[in-house]
Amino acid sequence: MLVVMGGSAAHHFFNKGGLKFMETNVKAGSTENKAKKSRFSSQLWFIWLCLLPVIVLVLTFTYYPVVRGITLAFQDYNLMHVKNVKFIGFDNFKTIFHDNQFILALKNSLKWVFYSLIAQFILGFILALVLNKPFKGRGIYQGLVFYSWALSGFLIGLIFKWLYNSQIGVINDLLLRAGIIKTRIGFLSDPHWAMFSVISANVWYGIAFFAIMLLAALQSIPGELFEAADIDGAGWLRKLFNVIIPYIMPTIITTTLLRVIWIFSDPTLIYSMTNGGPAGLTNIVSSFMLSKVFGNGEYGLGSAVGIVMMIMLMLYTIFYLFATKSEKAGDF
Amino acid sequence: MQKKLLVSAKVVYLALHAVVMLFPLYWIIITSLKPQKQIFSSPIHYWPETLTFDNYKKLFEFSNFGVYIFNSLLVSIAAAACVIAISILSGYVLARFKFKGHKHIMFGFFLTQMLPGIGALIVLYKMMSSMHLTNHLASLVLIYTVGSIPFSTIMLRGFFQRIPSSLEAAAMIDGCSRITALFRVIIPVMLPGIAATFIFAFVNNWNELIMAVMFIDSEASKTLPVAMNSFVMKFDIDWGAMSAGTVLSVIPTIIVFAIAQRFIVEGLTQGAEKG
Repeated sequence: MLVVMGGSAAHHFFNKGGLKFMETNVKAGSTENKAKKSRFSSQLWFIWLCLLPVIVLVLTFTYYPVVRGITLAFQDYNLMHVKNVKFIGFDNFKTIFHDNQFILALKNSLKWVFYSLIAQFILGFILALVLNKPFKGRGIYQGLVFYSWALSGFLIGLIFKWLYNSQIGVINDLLLRAGIIKTRIGFLSDPHWAMFSVISANVWYGIAFFAIMLLAALQSIPGELFEAADIDGAGWLRKLFNVIIPYIMPTIITTTLLRVIWIFSDPTLIYSMTNGGPAGLTNIVSSFMLSKVFGNGEYGLGSAVGIVMMIMLMLYTIFYLFATKSEKAGDF
Repeated sequence: MQKKLLVSAKVVYLALHAVVMLFPLYWIIITSLKPQKQIFSSPIHYWPETLTFDNYKKLFEFSNFGVYIFNSLLVSIAAAACVIAISILSGYVLARFKFKGHKHIMFGFFLTQMLPGIGALIVLYKMMSSMHLTNHLASLVLIYTVGSIPFSTIMLRGFFQRIPSSLEAAAMIDGCSRITALFRVIIPVMLPGIAATFIFAFVNNWNELIMAVMFIDSEASKTLPVAMNSFVMKFDIDWGAMSAGTVLSVIPTIIVFAIAQRFIVEGLTQGAEKG
C-alpha cells in the first residue's frame, strides 16, 4: 500500500516539475565539479547533524550505563551499606557461581528459552501457514488473535496466575469438569508443574509474534515458485521443505535470533506469575537478577549477573550467526 | 474430498486457536465484573449471575487510578513523540546515504538489543538521581525515548527505503532544500509508517515496568505498571480489583494494536528483510 502511494505521488510530482527539471540540468553543467565537492561536504554535515542526537542519547543513556555497570560488578555495592564501597575483584562472580540458586536459574533459563521458543515457533508457523491463503474475515481474525503481542509480560503473568490458581482457578475447574483430573493441581506451587505453567503462559504470549512475522514472509513468496513446484508434481510436504522454508529462511533466522534474546532477558512474566518460586524452581537468570536488585539492593551481585547474561547473549549471537551463515540474516 | 478435509481441518484449528487466545481475556474481563462473593464461590460461574462495576469503583476510590492512567498516557505519548521526532532524521539519513560509519551505527543499534536493560538499571538510577529526576515523569520520558531509538530508527529506515528517492530529488530540483523536501514531500507520504512506529513505541512505553518501578515511588508520579506492581503486594488476593486494573491496563494497547497492526507488521518485516 505504501509503495503504491509513494509511486503515484512521485509520478504526479514529475509531471508537475518536468520543465524545470530540464532547465536545472543544463545550468549544472559548467560548474559541476565545484558544486559536487561542496555538495559532498555539506551532505556529510547534514548526515552527521541528523545522527547527532541519536548517537549522543544512545551513548549516554544506553552504552555508558552498561559499561559503568561493569565496574559495579567488581565492587561490594549494596544498598545496605553504600558509604564504603570497595573493589573486591572477582568476589561477586565467585559468590554467584557458588550460589545453588544461580546455578538453578542458569539451568532453568535454558529450559525456559528452549521450550518457549520451540513451541512459539511451531505454533506460530502453523498459524501463519493456515492464514496464508486469503479467506473472508481473515483480517478480523488476525486482529482478534494477535493482540497478545501488545500486552506486557507482567500483565500476562498476572492473568495466568489467576487462570492457574489452585483453589478457584478456571483451568483446574475445566480439567475437573472434563474428568481429566480428580483433584486440583497446584500449577504454580507444585514443583512438577511450575515450570510447565510459566512456559505455557510464555508460549501463549509469543505465538502471535512468530505468526505475524512468518505470515508476512509467506505472503512475499512469488506465486511462480509454487507453480514450478506444482509442475514438478511436488507434494505438500515437499513444497514446505523445498520451497517455503528456504524462501523465508532469512526471516526465520532473524526472528528466532531476536526472540531468544527477548525471552532470555525479560524477567517480568516470571516476576509477576511466580516470582521465581516455588523454591527458585522457576527462576531464570534475569528474574534472579531482578530479585537481587529489587529485593535486596545487592547491586554489585546484580551487576555480576548482568555481565554473565551479556556474555551468554554475545556468545549465543556469534554462534548463531556463524552456524546459520550470517549473510542470510537481515541486518536487524 | 481431500481438499474438503484440509479446509475443515483448517477451520477447526483456527477455531481452537481463537478460543485459546481469547479465553484468558474473556476470563479477566468477566472476573472484573463479578461481585466479590461470586469470584471466590465454587462452582465457578462461567457467566456471572449479576454484573457489577464495583471492582472498578473500588479501584478509583481506594487509589488514584485516574492519576496513574493519566501519567501512563502522558509518558507514553510524550516519549513516543520524542522518539519519532529524533528517529525520522536518523532513519532518513540511514536509508538514503551510504557513508563512512554507516555500518558501525547500524551495528551499534543492533548491539543495544543484546544488552540486558537491567544491567544498566543501577547506573541509570544514579544518573537520574544526580539529575534530580527520580520521581519525575521526565525520567521515564527520557529513558523510554532512548530505549526505543534503535528500533524506531530501523523501522522508519525501512519505510523510507520504500519511497523512491526520485520523489525528493524532484522536489529539490524544484528549489526545495533537502530538509524542506523531507518534511513537505516525503513525510506526508510516509504518515502510515510513522503512525505505526509511534504506536509501537507507545505500546512499549505503556507496558514498561522495571525502569518505572526503579525511578518512581511517589503517588503523584506512578504509572499504571508501577501501581499494578504495588497492588500485587497490597491486595494480593483481591482478584476482583486486580482484574479490573488489569483490564484497564490492557484495553488501550489492544485497541491501538488492532488499529495499527497492519502497518506495524509492514514496518517490522521491512526492518528484518531489507539489507
